[in-house]
Amino acid sequence: MELKVIADAAGAPGGGCASSGCGAGGDKLAHLPEAIRAKINNHPCFSEDAHHHYARMHVAVAPACNIQCHYCNRKYDCSNESRPGVVSEVLTPEQAVKKVIAVAAAIPQMTVLGIAGPGDPLANPQRTLETFRQLSENAPDIKLCVSTNGLALPGLVDEICKHNIEHVTITINCVDPDVGAKIYPWIFWNNRRVTGRKAAEILIEQQQKGLEMLVARGVLVKVNSVLIPGVNAEHLKEVSRVVKAKGAFLHNVMPLIAEPEHGTFYGMMGQRGPTNEELSALQDACAGDMAMMRHCRQCRADAVGMLGEDRGDEFTLDKIAEQDVDYAAAMARRAEVHAAIEASRTAQRRQSSETFVSIAALTRRRPARPEPRPVLMAVATMGGGVINQHFGHAREFLVYEASTNDVRFIGHRKVDLYCSGDETCGDGESVLAKTIRVLDGCEVVLCSRIGYEPWGQLEAAGIVPNGEHAMEPIEDAVAAVYREMDEAGLLDRPDGAMHRMSA
Amino acid sequence: MAFKIIEGCVNCWACLPLCPSEAIREALPHFMIDARACTECEGDFADPQCASICPIEGVILDGLGVPVNPPGSLTGIPPDRWAEIRTQIQAR
Repeated sequence: MELKVIADAAGAPGGGCASSGCGAGGDKLAHLPEAIRAKINNHPCFSEDAHHHYARMHVAVAPACNIQCHYCNRKYDCSNESRPGVVSEVLTPEQAVKKVIAVAAAIPQMTVLGIAGPGDPLANPQRTLETFRQLSENAPDIKLCVSTNGLALPGLVDEICKHNIEHVTITINCVDPDVGAKIYPWIFWNNRRVTGRKAAEILIEQQQKGLEMLVARGVLVKVNSVLIPGVNAEHLKEVSRVVKAKGAFLHNVMPLIAEPEHGTFYGMMGQRGPTNEELSALQDACAGDMAMMRHCRQCRADAVGMLGEDRGDEFTLDKIAEQDVDYAAAMARRAEVHAAIEASRTAQRRQSSETFVSIAALTRRRPARPEPRPVLMAVATMGGGVINQHFGHAREFLVYEASTNDVRFIGHRKVDLYCSGDETCGDGESVLAKTIRVLDGCEVVLCSRIGYEPWGQLEAAGIVPNGEHAMEPIEDAVAAVYREMDEAGLLDRPDGAMHRMSA
Repeated sequence: MAFKIIEGCVNCWACLPLCPSEAIREALPHFMIDARACTECEGDFADPQCASICPIEGVILDGLGVPVNPPGSLTGIPPDRWAEIRTQIQAR
């Protein structure tokens, strides 16, 4: 028995995935035609492996919305907040194009431009389509995406296709109007505000119609769903089944973000978000149906940079006003950088297959032993697919599950949960204490370096810090540590993390 | 009679392109309705368009100065819940 990590690497065609982490989890994307795999190879939001290497940006050109969701508050704007629907400044199409060009020149890893709000991009068709039109003309090496609630989608599918948009994300939280009535208080439809079950019925009908039309035209469609415990949790399995049958190629189940201070209906009414366990369990349940992604960071509608980071502050309007970018030169430089990234990804895949030693080979020597239990490990990384971040600098950790079969990317944990503000908007808990809390369930944390004090506190909390695999590819390192734990006899008992795992 | 946008408007642009009389204009700190141009959509639509898409409660007043979308009507959040939550957050 060999790890899937390696089995994939051997057979991966050019542009395919080598690791368990690729796309929505290695071979889970293997069913996709090569043309689609090529389209998502350098798309950080659609390919988990790509998100280690490439960056994305959103431009906030679309302030208006045509529906209300119970997890959204249209009043909210905080520069310390990081979640969908939140932005610092709304841009005109011209300003947005200038910003995209500036970012593309400064961050050549940026391959994808998305329009995702802060309202609904298709409720602002002129602003959204004009931005796409100018970009497809002036910056043809940038992939264009749009994210929508789907209400206005059927009427705009032809326009979208005109602007060479390869990827569309539709947020579909339900296919049953009775469930929808608990999520959407109203929609604006045919010049009226429509409420209740009728509103959900219209929205669902438009979403499904839009999905079918896009698939028929060969546009890649990802479906986003917000997991709302007690409202649509069980129902999302049905949603997954339906959207897959209609041709969506990825389903992204995201946790509800609801705190009283956000001022949303759910936040104010005490609706809780899912625990890490609930989210994982539902993603697993839906994964049987279709490719799932677990690396989504639920970005702001004006986020800039690698997933999990936001460099928007470096590209505010006043900072880019004076810039005059030679985009032809920038495009040449970008092509060089992309080629270097692809070369490094290929090298990483090759290295993985050379250094790998099967875990199963070890376990076979002792046939009487029970199956070693799986272990969750947290990883600090700044990108590139390697362990290269100091523990104390990490704002988020990637969580991997190692077992005898494979190394699997499970998800990410944010240290500063959706807020990086100062003491006045925090709860006074120290960053280290918070970090230890969000790493609950992990038995090992892999980082490039770690200070003396956090080392001791992590150990006291039952999490073993490990800085011995700095600069190594993440999955190789996780597999190596798992083997060491196995050899040390730490995996024999079916206890440990699985029993301690909670929110 | 004319509608009016007041403080609290978040300048989301939703209303502006819908107005059949082109009475709404972009302005700071918030969008404005030209009272001379506003017809309350009479003769054009059954419902006043700006007030039918506006997501913010209380920021559009009708000709009598009454909020078209009173607190709680759009979000479903009971108005006294706001005060309760504010007290809870301040007590932290």
